[in-house]
Formats: sequence, C-alpha cells, structure tokens
Amino acid sequence: MVKDILEKPESFYEIFERKSGSNKLTTHYCPGCGHGVIHKLIAEAMDEFGIGDRAVMISPVGCSVFAYYYFDCGNVQAPHGRAPAVATGIKRAIPDSIVISYQGDGDLAGIGGNEILHAANRGENITVFFVNNAIYGMTGSQMAPTTLIGQKTTTTPYGRSARNEGYPIKVCELLSSLEAPVYLERVAITDAKNVMKVRKAIRKGLQNQIEGKGFSLIEILSPCPTGWGMKPVDAKNWVDEVLMKTFQLGVFKDKTAEAAPEIIEQKEFTSDEILKILGASKNGSDFLYDKPEVKINYQNPRIKISGFGGQGILFLGQLLSQSAMRSGYYTTWLPSYGPEVRGGTANCHIIISNNRIGSPLGAETDVLIAMNLPSLDKFENDVRKDGLILVNSSLISRNVKRNDVEVLYVPATELADEVGNTKVANLVMLGAYTAKSKIFSHDCVLFTANETVKKKEFLKVNEEAFRKGMEYVLNNKHKKIKNTIL
Amino acid sequence: MGKLFLKGNEAVIRGAILAGCKAYYGYPITPASEITEAAAKYFPLVGGTFLQAESEVGAINMTYGTASTGQRVMTASSGPGLSLKQEGISYAAGSELPIVIVDIMRGGPGLGNIAPEQSDYNQMVKGGGHGNYKLIVLAPNCVQEMCNLTMLAFELADKYRNPAVILTDGFIGQMMEPVELPNPIENIPVKNWRVDGTVVTKKNLISSIYLDPDELEEHNIKLQTKYRKIEESEVRFEEIYTEDAEIILIGYGIVSRILQTVIEEARAEGIKAGLLRPISLFPFPKNKINQLADKAKLLFVCEMSNGQMVDDVRLALNGKKPVKFYGRMGGVVPTTQEILNKLRILNASLQNEDNFVDSLTDSYLKI
Repeated sequence: MVKDILEKPESFYEIFERKSGSNKLTTHYCPGCGHGVIHKLIAEAMDEFGIGDRAVMISPVGCSVFAYYYFDCGNVQAPHGRAPAVATGIKRAIPDSIVISYQGDGDLAGIGGNEILHAANRGENITVFFVNNAIYGMTGSQMAPTTLIGQKTTTTPYGRSARNEGYPIKVCELLSSLEAPVYLERVAITDAKNVMKVRKAIRKGLQNQIEGKGFSLIEILSPCPTGWGMKPVDAKNWVDEVLMKTFQLGVFKDKTAEAAPEIIEQKEFTSDEILKILGASKNGSDFLYDKPEVKINYQNPRIKISGFGGQGILFLGQLLSQSAMRSGYYTTWLPSYGPEVRGGTANCHIIISNNRIGSPLGAETDVLIAMNLPSLDKFENDVRKDGLILVNSSLISRNVKRNDVEVLYVPATELADEVGNTKVANLVMLGAYTAKSKIFSHDCVLFTANETVKKKEFLKVNEEAFRKGMEYVLNNKHKKIKNTIL
Repeated sequence: MGKLFLKGNEAVIRGAILAGCKAYYGYPITPASEITEAAAKYFPLVGGTFLQAESEVGAINMTYGTASTGQRVMTASSGPGLSLKQEGISYAAGSELPIVIVDIMRGGPGLGNIAPEQSDYNQMVKGGGHGNYKLIVLAPNCVQEMCNLTMLAFELADKYRNPAVILTDGFIGQMMEPVELPNPIENIPVKNWRVDGTVVTKKNLISSIYLDPDELEEHNIKLQTKYRKIEESEVRFEEIYTEDAEIILIGYGIVSRILQTVIEEARAEGIKAGLLRPISLFPFPKNKINQLADKAKLLFVCEMSNGQMVDDVRLALNGKKPVKFYGRMGGVVPTTQEILNKLRILNASLQNEDNFVDSLTDSYLKI
C-alpha cells in the first residue's frame, strides 16, 4: 500500500517533459487541488487494467487542459466542452481504443452541456470523469453551472442567486433520466474512505468500457482551495460539509450487470466491391443508344417542366436527362428545391446538348412542358420564338396565347387514366415529347424508365402511358385543345 | 464504366468513399442535406461510420476526433452550419488535422434563405474562425467535380495536414449531371502523427495549445510556411477563350457556368471575352490573373455575393488593370442576359477608348 501511494503509476510519464518550466516532476496543480489525486487514481487504474497502450485521454479546457503533460498514453486536446464529441469521433473510428473524457464542471455542464447529453444518450462506449469543484478554476474563479446558491465567485460577487443565475446543475441526476447510460455515480475527494470510493468508481467506469458495456460517467466532487479562497484542509471540509449537501453522493444508475457487450465487426472492401456498392454497374449507362438525327429546331433543347407536387415533374425531368445521358448527350437537371416543392408547385430545368453545358438555367426556354394551368401562366412567355409548348390539356382549359410557338395539346391526365393510373401522366408527356422531338430513341427512354423506376409493378403501366403519348402525337391528334373542361 | 446520373450532393459522398473516407458526421440543413442522407445510406454499406450529430458543433468535433486517429473523415453543411463549425475548424487548423468540410452555400446573412449564394467566400477562404490560419478551398462547378474535387480534397488535406474545403452553392449541390466514378484511391499512407490507441502512437499528441508565446509564434510560422508551399504547388484553374481576350471574366462555381454561356454569346457578337475560373480559391490563382492582365484591358468579376472574391483579384493586380464587379445577392442567380448586357457596356467603352470604364462603378442590380 505504501509503495502504491509513493510510486508514480506507469501510466504517468516518469518525467513530465511537456510541462514548461524547470519542475518536471510534479503537476501544475495547486496544493490541495483534487485533480492531482484524481489523475493518479486514473493512472493507477490504467496500470491495473494494462490499458496504457490502448488509452486515449482527451484533455478539456480548464485546469486539466494539460492532462496530456502527465498521462503516458495517446493524448488529444479538445475544444471547450466538446470532449464527448471528440471522444465519439475517436471511439467510433477505433472501437478497440479506451477513450477517456476528462472534464470540469464549466466544460461539461456549461459550454458542453449538449455534447455530454447526447454522447450519454447515444450510450457511447466511453468513460467520462467529471470533476465538479463548483467553480471555474483556470480562468480565475468565476461561477460554474454547479456553483452553489449563495456561493461567491468573481462573477457572482454577491453570491449566486437562483433568480439571476438559476440553480446548480446536478449532472448525474439529469443524465440518469436517459435510457442509455450504463453507470452514473457521484463520489468525492475528501477523506480516505471517500477516496477509496473514487478509486473504485474510476475502475468500474473503465472496466465497463473495456467490456464494451457502454457509457459511464463518474462525477467527482473535488476541492479547489485557490478558487474558493480556502486552505487545503478547509476546502476538503467544505466539500464534506457544504458541497455534498447539494450534490449527494451515490450511484444514480447502474446497468453494469445486465449491459450486453457491444460487438463491432470491421470489414474491408475491395475497390470493385466499393464501386458496385456505389452503384457503378447497377444504374450506370453501360449501354449507350445511338443519337438520332434531330431537326435543327429541336436540337440542344433547354426544357422547363412545371406542375404541381405529385405529378412526377422532377422525375419526368430526370427521365429526360437520363435518356439524354444514355444517348451520349451532355445534360443537366436543375430542380426548384426546398419547402416549396412539398405540396406546392414543382418545376425543373433540363438542358440536353451536343456541347458542354454552361449555365444550367437559361432565362429563355426552348421547350415548356406545362402540366397545370399555373405553370402555363407562369412560363409561357419564357419560351423562345419557334419554341415548343406541351400542354396537359386535361387540366389546362385554355389555348396558348402566343402564336409564334409550336403547341402540342396532349390530354395527358386522361390518357394516363386510360391505362389505369393518373400518376403516369408524366410518362404520357415523355412519350409525346419523344415522338415530336425524336431527340432520343423510344427504346432508350423505355430502357431508362425501366432502370429508374423502383417498383417493378409500374413498368408495364409506364410503358403503356409512354406509348399512348407517342401515338397521340404521331396520329396528329394534338392540334387543338379538347374543350372538355370549362 | 457507365455513367451515373447524380445530384452534386450525392456525388460528394461517392467521391468521399472512393477517397477512402471512413466516417461522416453531419447535421441536416437545406441545401446540403442530401450529402448527409447519402452518407447515411452508403457509409454503413462500406463499413464506415455515419452519425447524425446533435449539432453542427458536435459534428465538427466528432470529425476532429476521427481525424485524430488518422482516418479520413468529413462533414458537410451550409452557411449557418459552417458558422457554428468555425470553432472546430480553427482547432483542426491549429492541430493540423486533415479533415474535409463541404459548404453548399445558401443565402445569408442570418437565416437568409435556401437559395444559392456565394457569400461564404470570406468565411471559408479567409479563415472564418480565430487565429492565423488558412484552409485549402476547392470550388467545383459541375457534378463530376463534386466527386473528383472531393477526392482531391482528401489527398491535399492529408498531404499538408490541413483542413480542406469544398465550397460551392445550392445549385451545384442540387443539380444532377452524368458522373463517371473514378477508381477508388488505394494505399492511403499511414499517418505517423496519429493517436489511435496503439503502442506505436501512444507518445503522440493532437493539440493546438502552445502556452509560451515564442512557441506559439514558431507554430504559426510553421503554418504560414506550409500555406506558402500550398500557394506554390496547388493552384488550380480553368481558362476558356483567354488567348486573345480583352476582357477577362472571373467567376467560380455556378457563376463560372453562367459566364461560359455569356462568353459564347459575346464571342458570337465579336466581343473578345475570356473566362478564368479559379478551381482553388485558396491557393488563389494570383499569378495567372496577373499574366492574363498583362494582355487584357479589363477584368470583370461576377459573384453571387456583395463582392468577396473580387477583393482577391484586386489584391493580386494591385491596380495594374481596372477590375469591375457585378454581383447578385439573396439567392438571386444572375441571368446570362443581364451579365451580357453589362459586358456589352464595358466592351463598348473599351472600344471607344474613353474613360467610361473608370466611371463605371461596381453594381449589384440589373442594368
């Protein structure tokens, strides 16, 4: 026992080379500070478990910012309060490492309140040592989230008032309402008996992680004689007599017995497997179709498709672009995005070109596919002279006002109903446009549609709708508007 | 291999996985959410880590943690999210951690809107957090580059132990184009500085704290030396029609695409315009701009911002040639027509050899 107390643990550096100044044998902590004792207890536990090589210590911001001076293990210094997030990033990357987040009360309960809450709630398999001394030590004794009511600090010179600053935050109690944490205990650095409890709690917190059981947090009430303006002995007594009244010691959660170890499998993938997973062979345009001869007026179209949400506007655009891709064209698809497409109007802009495409959005369009009346109203005038407008005459009861453009009136919704599904009006329009422009072969479009549509039961109805649209135009039925809707 | 038809945001994740990225931490935000969604879909399939963080702050610090272990890692967001990440980015720059950050810019300031803007240029290129640091910033202008430059960002981040950024706008993130997947990067070098819970790395420390001013100055000088080296070696740009150009248009991201169309139309009218598109925003193609300015009479910078990159053009030229600026803000995307109109006025004044050019002020509104 004497040997244990007097000898430096192996998990401490023999000489603290990272520490500035000439004294490289003792810590930078003040006399009577709890950090030194807690460090030593952690290092001893690391020795006992033989985890020094696997351990990664995260130093926070606060008095223990220099924890990496002392611990002979991997060390990462984290931004103020963020240690649980940094710990998450390390542990997720290296599940076999033993990740220790060492944090003070300002760090953990103040600026890092969100990070600790969520790391605990995810049940990260890490160990958190939370040193609560009810004050900001390093910055000069300001109020901490755990400062007691009435306690004087440099930022509560008249004593903490519940009305102004709220009440001290009880972290163990708070976190104990969460499902995931495995072990939450509050202990204190005071007399030998309590220190032994700290020792035990630290060991248990580390053991849980070693066994893959999940999140453990040990809150350690710790004296800060300098911050409190007390002698070391008085500071220890204050922890016992005052601090513990607000922060009662005890186990707040312990699922250690029933927690099942987490098993993490790590698998390596070959380049070919990765490419396959990323869809390289599945949806890729391995199969190219020939570009047909296209009349000059229909070449390099800038197409606007517009309608209301649910008409498959964006999808129709994607089918056009993907058919273009498979026919060897350059193509871009640009959607209107954001909340407006949910339930409101939707439009997208497609360019198909023989040349590399500059702006994906032309002020002018060559082709407008208007699936409802507001779309025609809004975009009719953007179509260039001699451009093409496809009107869903099932839903649009008026004629196109302009007489310098070509118009196809296609009762897309009705034709879709004829094949048994209103939703495939977009495919009817795709058929009509393909028949008119001949910009790609109908085989190419059907292949693309079949590749893209997820539900295979729609394949047949899609194809029928597409053919209906093609035939409608090829049979010259598109000249006039049907006056069915008034 | 066949092409895929992908959104810019989806292509980012393809590129990341092909570059050997092992983990993704993100938080949803329009217009960048598809990146996080694609990561959620694909990272688990390739044995990687995906985690939706509790906040942007959480996400960047998880990224910091994984980067500390030497694994390739990334996060992505849009302007408001990047503002929150700045603390972590500064720490990563200070600790010299290679992380990749994607910013799909949207309208600002504040909540602004979700339409495309380029107003995060200063934030990302000048270093939006505290301290003397630089990020490597790449600016894709098409979906293929969203994939390829993401891969390059991982390579450069590792090469220089520095955070690297993909900076683009909502249009490039949301638009779809054909993409050919490059081959995966194999044999990623092991980082000796890593801290990964092994005996060989246990003496390592990832930290940005240097309490002694002399030591911190030394660290800063080391960083600045690294940035100079990046400036010497990693400048990337694209030129179109610059050979005989009298007016050099300069724009990045979506604006460069619009400018390409403007120049094609301007050339048809006999206006000798050319395009310089910076692909790397840091390092900025200062020398190239100077070379082009030797022959050109005027430089014309277009941005979807109040004019942020134009400052770098003017610094590069130091008054050598007139630099004019045209910008739109708030998510308004300039049309080819409005830029062409402005270009016609600039060109007419050049041809008349009057002083009109000097009297033309920078403008934000339609002519």
